[in-house]
Amino acid sequence: MTLMTCGPQAISTLCQSYASQGFRLQTMMATDERRIHGHYVLRYAFVHDATGHSVVLETAVPHDSPHYTAVTPALPAANWYEREALDLLGLFPDGHPEPFPLMLHGDLAANANPYPLRKEVDRAVSLPSVSRSLSVEAVPDGEFEVPVGPIHAGVIEPGHFRFHVRGEDVQSLDVTLFYTHRGLEKGAEGLTFAEGLAVAEQTCGVCSASHGAAFAQAVEAICDAHIPERAMWIRLLVLELERLYNHIGDVGNICAGIGFSFGVMQAGILKEKLQRHNARLTGHRFLRNMMAIGGVARDVPSDLAAHTGHVVQETMSAFSGLVNVLLSNEIVCDRFRQTGILALDVVRQYGVVGPAARASGYLADARLTQPSGAYSDKEVQTLLHVPTFPDGDVMARVLQRIEESSVSATLIGLAVAKLRSLPKADGDSSLVTPMVTPAPYEWALGVTESPRGENVHFVMTGPNGTIDRLRIRSASYANWPAVAKAVPGNIIADFPLINKSFELCYACCDR
Amino acid sequence: MWSLIRQRLTTPIATEPLEELFSHVATEEPDPLLVQWKQNIRRGPFYGSLHIRHVDTGSCNACEWELTALLNPIYDAQRLGIDFVASPRHADVLVVTGGVTRNLAQALELTYEATPAPKAVLAIGACACGTGLLGQTYAQRGTALDSGIPILVTVAGCPPSPPEILRGLLNIMTILNGGAATHGHATTAI
Repeated sequence: MTLMTCGPQAISTLCQSYASQGFRLQTMMATDERRIHGHYVLRYAFVHDATGHSVVLETAVPHDSPHYTAVTPALPAANWYEREALDLLGLFPDGHPEPFPLMLHGDLAANANPYPLRKEVDRAVSLPSVSRSLSVEAVPDGEFEVPVGPIHAGVIEPGHFRFHVRGEDVQSLDVTLFYTHRGLEKGAEGLTFAEGLAVAEQTCGVCSASHGAAFAQAVEAICDAHIPERAMWIRLLVLELERLYNHIGDVGNICAGIGFSFGVMQAGILKEKLQRHNARLTGHRFLRNMMAIGGVARDVPSDLAAHTGHVVQETMSAFSGLVNVLLSNEIVCDRFRQTGILALDVVRQYGVVGPAARASGYLADARLTQPSGAYSDKEVQTLLHVPTFPDGDVMARVLQRIEESSVSATLIGLAVAKLRSLPKADGDSSLVTPMVTPAPYEWALGVTESPRGENVHFVMTGPNGTIDRLRIRSASYANWPAVAKAVPGNIIADFPLINKSFELCYACCDR
Repeated sequence: MWSLIRQRLTTPIATEPLEELFSHVATEEPDPLLVQWKQNIRRGPFYGSLHIRHVDTGSCNACEWELTALLNPIYDAQRLGIDFVASPRHADVLVVTGGVTRNLAQALELTYEATPAPKAVLAIGACACGTGLLGQTYAQRGTALDSGIPILVTVAGCPPSPPEILRGLLNIMTILNGGAATHGHATTAI
């Protein structure tokens, strides 16, 4: 990783120069480091998806005049990050095209925002309550605004969608998120790493393992620790099992977007079986409490590993039967094809990640570009044929998940074989590497590929082995802005389908 | 088309009997909740017909997935007349997940107001029950219990398993049919 520093007025130009060389904005971390150096710090992290080269561009923002030149006008992917830094830390991006509140809803009039991520502010500081009324702007004859949410018709998470329609055709879509902003990152400050890991796992219910692993990797990178071989393979096994139950469940959920209950129910059975196996393997249906700082919290004994292999094989053969039915059904294919096309240039512009990017022909996968643990193993890299599809429509995203499920099943097979051939776990030392207490104010990034795409955790240490700052960039955070770009041109009735085909989380975006 | 029909005909019944589902979570034998439910199934308006509106007030999505799982063929909550409805206007029960974020507090109030009486609220998951890991922050209350909305039944767990949620709903059926007041009723923990 390359680290470069520049002034707050030069950061935009520097970011632009990396973006123009094909680097993708991975995350941006805003930290309050006034106690250490007397100023705030912004860190823009970029990665080059073809080479895996990463760079962090750092700038100091003065405490008395917290202004810097916004990167967003040159790089739209920076939009939310800079608004978030304004909302939570009061750092002003000069020249930002949309300098409006993002995470703290309601009209926080001048001086009403204490900027909760500033260090002197208490974690439970009280903010004025939010009261909204439905306002609709005047629209020309024949056009309508359709407000939807935050409480939706199905069992889904909250967000507000404003469709601007002409007849049935969606002209534009405005998405308001961050309803489920919980203050998770502030809540993690001052905790020990083990406590922080539990919080990181709760970022998202259904990407718990990949969030946990990303957090653990960041801490391990700070301590320069290497986890035991057996723990590496257990992590890979758990991460791929997470991908598998998510992808199979998502293929079913996408069927719900067209009212094809057969697919929903069939995939529902498979997902349930996988989640029951998750509980057997890890004690938790969502694979929580399995990661530990420096390794894993519990062993996967040889017989349980073998059983996992059987369950996955059985599931995959049932899933391929379901896939055959789905893809030979004309109505299903007709609804999936040419719907919700995400263009490749939008993917590049907004730094889209995960299956959504790959289904639009952009190969970005943290397992390939920034592999960690067992993913750097030669055998894994040979088996890791991450597919891409060029079309960018709902069909491509469905096929993407179907293909990726097979890749995951292959990797699970390999992990099972490794766990059976490695020497048995002998006490904690074969599962966890003991960690030294790191020096304060060291930082590192932990990157994993979750079912929805790349998760990036930034951890900065505090005194005595505590967390000073945690910044979680989930795949959903990177991908949400792209959803709004895939909807215009489609009919409004296709929105649930398009939305489900991205299958983004609200909770891990909002934190 | 033929492959679809074949798959339909060859998929065995996946639905598990309630006794089997509850065997891991019920503490007494025979399970009093199930006995009561079976005795009263035809006796009250809410037995065999309980309509739920889910309100996410800042959950991590795990509770949502477990609620959705109730509709899969294995749990099949619909066999008990339990179903999710699209609007609070059609609901008997609100199921609240999450620790009531600042950005959603008003949405919870408005949804409760929009639900016709008699109504009951079920809080699901540690965050809503006030025992969540994160607790109170600048952005959330950390509990749904003191949000000004009477919670009738709580189902803790992070997240609670589908059978546990199902038991919470059966409990609510029983309480609603027993004529229990929907306001100021002592919270029953499952």
